[in-house]
Amino acid sequence: MSTTVTTPIGGLDGSPKVEQNYLTNGHTLKSWLLTTDHKRIAILYLISITFFFGLGGAFAGLIRYELIAPAGNVLESETYNKVFSAHGIIMVFLFLVAVIPATLGNFLLPMMIGARDLAFPRLNLLSWYLFNAGGALVLAALVNGGVDTGWTFYTPYSSLYSNTNVSLAITGIFLAGFASITTGMNFIVTVHKMRAPGMTWFRLPLFVWANYATAVVMILGTPVVAITLLCVVFERTFKLPIFSPELGGDPVLFQHLFWFYSHPAVYIMILPAFGVISELITNFSRKRVFGYHFIAFSSLAIAFLGFLVWGHHMFVSSQSMYQSIVFSLITYLLAVPSAIKIFNWTATMYKGNIRLDAPMIYAIAFMGLFTVGGVTGLHLATVSTDIHLTATYFIVAHFHYVMVGGTITAFLGGLHFWWPKMTGRLYNESVAKWNAVLVFVGFNLTFFPQFVMGFMGMPRRYHYYYFAPEFQPYHLMSSAGATALGLGFAVPIFYLVKSLFTGEKAGANPWGAHGLEWETQSPPITVNFETVPIVTDEVYDFDPVGEHEELMAKLAGAKS
Amino acid sequence: MFNFPMTPPAASNFAGEHDALFYAITFLAVLFTLIVSFLVVFFALKYRRGTKADRSRPMYENLALELSWIIIPTILGLAFFGWGTKVYIDMRTPPKDAMEIFVIGKQWMWHVQHPNGVRENNTLHVPMGKPVKLTMISQDVIHAFYIPAFRVQYMVVPGRYTQMWFTPTKKGEYHLFCNMYCGTQHSEMGGRVVVLDPREYADWLANNGSKPQTLTVAQAGEKIFNKVGCNNCHGGADNQRAPSLAGIYGKTRVMTDGARYIADETYLREAILRPSNKITKGYINSMSAYEGQLTEEEVVSLLAYIKSGANPAASEPAMSSALAAKESRISEGTAGNYVGAMQFNSQRADATPTKRGNKMNAVGAMAAEKVGDQ
Amino acid sequence: MASITHPGHGDGHHGAHDEHHGPGGVFHQYIDLEQQNDSYIVGMWTFLVTEVMFFGALFLIYGLYRYAYSQDWFLAHEHLDYVMGGVNTFNLLVSSLFMALAVRAAQLKDRKVVLRLLGGVMVCAAIFMVIKYFEYTGKFHENLYPGPTFTKNAEILHGANLNKAQMFFGLYFAMTGLHGVHVVVGMLIIGKLMHMWWKKNPMVTEDYIPTELVGLYWHFVDLVWIFLYPLFYLMPRPDALAAHASGGGGH
Repeated sequence: MSTTVTTPIGGLDGSPKVEQNYLTNGHTLKSWLLTTDHKRIAILYLISITFFFGLGGAFAGLIRYELIAPAGNVLESETYNKVFSAHGIIMVFLFLVAVIPATLGNFLLPMMIGARDLAFPRLNLLSWYLFNAGGALVLAALVNGGVDTGWTFYTPYSSLYSNTNVSLAITGIFLAGFASITTGMNFIVTVHKMRAPGMTWFRLPLFVWANYATAVVMILGTPVVAITLLCVVFERTFKLPIFSPELGGDPVLFQHLFWFYSHPAVYIMILPAFGVISELITNFSRKRVFGYHFIAFSSLAIAFLGFLVWGHHMFVSSQSMYQSIVFSLITYLLAVPSAIKIFNWTATMYKGNIRLDAPMIYAIAFMGLFTVGGVTGLHLATVSTDIHLTATYFIVAHFHYVMVGGTITAFLGGLHFWWPKMTGRLYNESVAKWNAVLVFVGFNLTFFPQFVMGFMGMPRRYHYYYFAPEFQPYHLMSSAGATALGLGFAVPIFYLVKSLFTGEKAGANPWGAHGLEWETQSPPITVNFETVPIVTDEVYDFDPVGEHEELMAKLAGAKS
Repeated sequence: MFNFPMTPPAASNFAGEHDALFYAITFLAVLFTLIVSFLVVFFALKYRRGTKADRSRPMYENLALELSWIIIPTILGLAFFGWGTKVYIDMRTPPKDAMEIFVIGKQWMWHVQHPNGVRENNTLHVPMGKPVKLTMISQDVIHAFYIPAFRVQYMVVPGRYTQMWFTPTKKGEYHLFCNMYCGTQHSEMGGRVVVLDPREYADWLANNGSKPQTLTVAQAGEKIFNKVGCNNCHGGADNQRAPSLAGIYGKTRVMTDGARYIADETYLREAILRPSNKITKGYINSMSAYEGQLTEEEVVSLLAYIKSGANPAASEPAMSSALAAKESRISEGTAGNYVGAMQFNSQRADATPTKRGNKMNAVGAMAAEKVGDQ
Repeated sequence: MASITHPGHGDGHHGAHDEHHGPGGVFHQYIDLEQQNDSYIVGMWTFLVTEVMFFGALFLIYGLYRYAYSQDWFLAHEHLDYVMGGVNTFNLLVSSLFMALAVRAAQLKDRKVVLRLLGGVMVCAAIFMVIKYFEYTGKFHENLYPGPTFTKNAEILHGANLNKAQMFFGLYFAMTGLHGVHVVVGMLIIGKLMHMWWKKNPMVTEDYIPTELVGLYWHFVDLVWIFLYPLFYLMPRPDALAAHASGGGGH
């Protein structure tokens, strides 16, 4: 559009008068703990999430350290089992499920659609408290002696045999689940009812589409896993027989119900990441996204099909052969919408004006890592190869490529992209760039050897492998990579926090990005916009040709 | 480092099929990854801000392109699905003549029982070139029986039988893993699979003399059949009280409500443990339930007996004098609770206070026997 | 730029970071009352969807086990008192009628009638809980609560397999118990609503939507019971047992 702001970094200064922004609007602890501002809640969530990520990461480090030696280094088997369970429970339920929706989603979704806040701000605050209460219970379970069931809580081990703090941990997960449900409800209502005038469905940024699809999965799936896990607590605490085989219950039924949520939960984790990547690719290619409708609808297709494939976690669990075949077929179909997204992003870069800033490097890393994670899913969607590979390190590598290589890479990219908006400050770009490269290399070194190891038959959740020393070289590589990866995750904390104090002022739109969130000052005022925005144009209305010519002209002018 | 293998040994009939499929999918995966990575890096460099690339006529939508990258992956996917499913159906269809070996999983060891009654723990000896069918059940939590070199794996679930089969094709020793997390010593619940050639296997079975020669599974089942009193009602021919079990295995049975079932292992097991659930047409619900009364070994043995064509019409079981002598020795300590051919322990189930309490009667006896086994 | 911002509506309450709603009971995040009410209604239905999924998993478990153990469950279910359950069903249906009328009265802004009808709903809910209490204590006295103390006397369960009967009672307590929790939560919410009407809070007196939202929740709670009652109290006799009875055979 003719009014396009093309100023590069450090552009818009914002209005000259000093505005109250959401960060300066109240400095007391109470003004934070009782806030209903979605932006402040997003910051609160960011703090909680970072804490749990650090904790889960520490457990991961312990696992990798222990597995360097075939007969273990420091832990007893009992402790080791508690460590990998803690790693899984914290990372899945207290980090991955919430990481993008509750932080970036919470912060950006209302701004992107031109709303003052989410539809139910107090419910949003409740969500954060529920999340932390759940986290506190899980921590209590860990401090009290731990949980040794793995994050999957398979019956009858979890319901009848484990004598660790299963009930406490599950209650924590139950509460965190309700945090997720309330977030989902809020997003759905907000997207349906709070869009600014002129913000039609097909003008929504793709990040909003992705979070909308995520919210649908959250409200449909989470209650099922909540009640299923509650049934395990009923069995343990109240002796209500539900999955116990000795009375005729079906322990495998638990797996069906568990995966009915936990497979879609994978999409709760990855769909918002898709949304972030769509924003990053289009904004850093400075070109309208290719195939907007296909990307938007593929999110919905993933959300829908995601509910029909849970059985592919159970190919060897004694479900019927025909069930396995049908689940395998639907899983293959589900691969297509993910592929659509990858191809459309690639096509978006074609003929763009690509800026290789840190967020874009993360986005490119995402494309590579998620692709590897996705295509190795084909080995697991095929029943006959899955029979050999299931529950080996092949699976471990596969889902870490999707969850860490996908979700966390996207989260870091998104965090860097919107950091100036959230804090009003610019971080150190060159450190961030090199760190992104470190994360990419460290990640591959950690998890690629696990594919080979898994194909060779190394089972997951094994403390010892002294009887199979051929796996040791791969474990060594993996542990070395984990060290680099851990460093790559720690460094951003330092330079991002440093930017809060010494970072350059960002201005309203340092990237020259498109989207309503960039049209208000950084950090935004509490109600986001001075006046209700009225949207008149398509989303991502970049002009790559004109922009390029303008840049060329400027460079020519500078030379002469 | 020294020994750096990158593939598992291939030692069963499935290994070839599996690996061909695995490498084909891997080829597709690598190809796809390379295409995407190449394009992304190429575009990122070529269209980097400020480069002199042609940016005229940018493209934002292209239906032909979209359809092609929807349809081509779908077709490729369906092709691989078809191939994978074909192999899978083979893997789930054991041949009729397969030798049946029983496997019982429990925290944290595997019990294996060969057809002639020889048993072993944490090791599985199999003859090369012969199809082997494993019929498996767990006594406590869910386990999984995993032999990477054979590319086979299946869960071992309490309360139901699961099966898998393979034909070993290469002599040697291979890993056996439990691959379903089952508690503290999960990672040590494994051992070896030893593939012998058929003559060695026969020798091994015959010379397994370190352990007392026992009844075959079916013989043990016959003893239980008479001991428990199945033969009081189930005779050589159908009678008023109960149908005969002679040759019942694999037959279609009609229930009072008209439902039809094949009398397979799972059906027979339920009919023993919970007879009231499915009543055969023409009979009334008069049999008492044996759930909690029989150990899993006993049920396995009963099934083997019934499958061997149980003919209790001959009221005197043909038993060698040696076996009869052994019987008296066994029954000495058991106080009426005969523990199948595997003779794990002669203690009664209810006399075994385990850590978790005696949750499953059938398991109790097995849990106690662990002390004796080690 | 992708959009142009200029002064829109909503003057008068922007910039307000207070939680108190402005004139007409509109919270600051909404442009007008219509948007607020629409949001509330969509929100409530979304919440009810999650509730359906929540109970749905239990109904699925119930369905599978009932299919597998229909005879034992039939015998065990004969021990439940279908009269008590029936009275409770009727009782909840009446409460739903009261609730529907209360919403109508709220639309008509007839405060006294609303209060009276909501009071009626509360009384019905209380009667429901009292009857449930008697049913539960009855089961406890007869040792029909699952676990190690579960009755060893198959006679009082008409000869049902005790293990299967335990599973039946396990799901009975789990499902009716969770429903009971929902009834209690409903009573708390209705109490709060009545308090707001009593205090003439304009949020409810000026606008019937909050009352309708509570009504939606209450109807959902009733509806769950409408499914629970026939599933637990009114099972049909399985064919196998019918044949057994007509065959006249004994044990």
